[in-house]
Amino acid sequence: MPDMNDTNTDKNPLVEMRDIHVSFGGVKAVDGVSIDLYPGEVVGVLGHNGAGKSTLIKILSGAYQADTGQIVVDGKEAKIENARDARDNNIETIYQNLALADNLDATQNLFLGREFVDKFGFLDDAAMEHKAREVLHRLNPNFKKFTSPVSALSGGQRQSVAIARALLFEARVLIMDEPCAALGVHETKMVCELINKLKHDGLGILLISHDLHDVFDLSDRLHVMKNGKLVGSVRTEDVTHDDVLGMIILGKMPEHLLHLAGPGATNATNPQTSETPL
Amino acid sequence: MSRLLSKMEVDRRLIGLAFVLLIIWVGFDIASGGRFITPRNIFNLSVQTASVAVMACGMVLIIVTRHIDLSVGAILGVLAMIMGVVQTDFLPQFLDYNHPMTWALTLLIGIAVGAAIGGIQGLAVGYLGVPAFIVTLGGLLVWRGSAWWVTQGRTVAPLDQNFILLGGGIEGTIGATWSWIVAAVAIAAIIYVAIMDRRRRLAFDFPVKPIWAEYTNTIVKAGLVLAVITTLNAYHLPTRAAERILENKGIPVTPENIEISHGIAVPLLIVALVAIVLTVVVKRTRFGRYIFAIGGNPQAAELAGINVKRMTVAVFALMGVLCAISAAISSARLQSAGNDLGTLDELRVIAAVVIGGTSLAGGVGTIYGALIGALVMQSLQSGMALLGVDTSLQSIVIGLVLVLAVFSDKYFHRRYSDPTA
Repeated sequence: MPDMNDTNTDKNPLVEMRDIHVSFGGVKAVDGVSIDLYPGEVVGVLGHNGAGKSTLIKILSGAYQADTGQIVVDGKEAKIENARDARDNNIETIYQNLALADNLDATQNLFLGREFVDKFGFLDDAAMEHKAREVLHRLNPNFKKFTSPVSALSGGQRQSVAIARALLFEARVLIMDEPCAALGVHETKMVCELINKLKHDGLGILLISHDLHDVFDLSDRLHVMKNGKLVGSVRTEDVTHDDVLGMIILGKMPEHLLHLAGPGATNATNPQTSETPL
Repeated sequence: MSRLLSKMEVDRRLIGLAFVLLIIWVGFDIASGGRFITPRNIFNLSVQTASVAVMACGMVLIIVTRHIDLSVGAILGVLAMIMGVVQTDFLPQFLDYNHPMTWALTLLIGIAVGAAIGGIQGLAVGYLGVPAFIVTLGGLLVWRGSAWWVTQGRTVAPLDQNFILLGGGIEGTIGATWSWIVAAVAIAAIIYVAIMDRRRRLAFDFPVKPIWAEYTNTIVKAGLVLAVITTLNAYHLPTRAAERILENKGIPVTPENIEISHGIAVPLLIVALVAIVLTVVVKRTRFGRYIFAIGGNPQAAELAGINVKRMTVAVFALMGVLCAISAAISSARLQSAGNDLGTLDELRVIAAVVIGGTSLAGGVGTIYGALIGALVMQSLQSGMALLGVDTSLQSIVIGLVLVLAVFSDKYFHRRYSDPTA
């Protein structure tokens, strides 16, 4: 992406989350975070365990609800109260635990919750398998095990099934929680190729990870969170690994990008917070 | 051999179970001097297994969704009492005694109450989040107590004349001709389903099993149907009963027409119907697919937009409906409803389901497995009774078999061998 700024101003964001707040009991899990995502863009959401990134993303996927804040999809405010609402807004999530039913086969998992039925209301398994073969073949030509339970599949194959599931229902925003966790080297490479393929198809992809290395090369931009607040949003080409590690671990914005600091940055004079800078 | 079976796409667990059943049957037959594998004993087995088999079909779904229902025996008890009172005290206020509508209305009321009882338990499990073990353990006491309250402990008898046909007995069979018709329909259905499945897969260019495997499958299934029907038709009514039936029809008794076949007992017909309907539900409907999805990964099911709580209520309500059907079969067989009917049935039902290969961890189980499991349990019990084994020893053997069944399943089968079949 040579000219990110231009593409960003040309297009409207696919999704914006504005000033999201969530508390669990007295703990502020997400505290005034705003992020956005454009078509054909891969954005990493980074932070330590407990930084609030998973909570933030679960609000977008409908698993949790924000206490206050706005979600804007295609310029229109969207109400996302459950997984179905998210899906209606073409937002699909691929979870860390892969959210597949281990005892069902690939086809059954692909269509779970949205099965094809015939005119009598009975499942049309053959039609579903046909469609499943088509979609999965596009993603992963080596995929053969359509009728084995997914517990018999490798991690990469399972990830293919999960992604195919999202594509099958015309996802425009794909949220991937730790997409390469528990995958081998070869399979990680396969998933990376998949993500690039989807990006070229114009999807917006949010990658959630606590491991910088998983997402640095894939992402166009990074949102970094710490203690429930946004440290900052940077373009990957403007920063080094060390810069980002500093953001994740210390909450410190790189010196040359101090003007982009968010409320969670510890080294910035931040007009948005009343805290005195250190 | 194992490659042969996998080519035929046969559930290996099913073969194992069938083999165990065969050993039990042959063993008892030898030990009893040829009294076990007789038309008469097979007929009796089919009637004795029916009540537990019907409930086992529902229990499969409960256990697949990672729940348990300890209250089925007690629910059976209270429903039998309610249906008893409905047909002997309530309906006769509006209809004549033994009115042809009485049995149907009674059964409908029983099914409605059963669905309500199951639904209430399902609400407590699904929406209030009380573990099913506790809800149904409480239910066991509540419904068993309620069974006593229906008539203050009085046994209800005699039951409606048409109602008792549901329990089998001399009149409660469909006779030779109808049994052959049922066999013909069943075999036609087996062939039709096999052809349609294959056509559909070929239409989409999917891999199909070799044609010889299709033939073998179909021939084995059809052969089983024929064997069962032939056996049941070979069991004749006692001479006295046959004479009475002929006299009622005004036909003179001759040595040829005195041999009237029992044929299929009504309870067996009910079991077959329940099993077929539930197998279709499990394999061909969203409801069934979601039951297995919930059992495999409740979180994934929820995220896929499945209303897990409502499904829980529905599954428990369905269990209640099946308890009503079993209550009808059991009370009709005894021709009376006592408040201790169905005592310990929950354990027989759960044992049948587990022997039939349903995993207590959820997500895996089959209806046909539960049926064979129920048959294994009843065969053991009947066989030991035939040999005059003490009741106490019978319990010990059945308890050990249950543990052994789960042990062997754990060690000889992969966990998810055939999840939705």
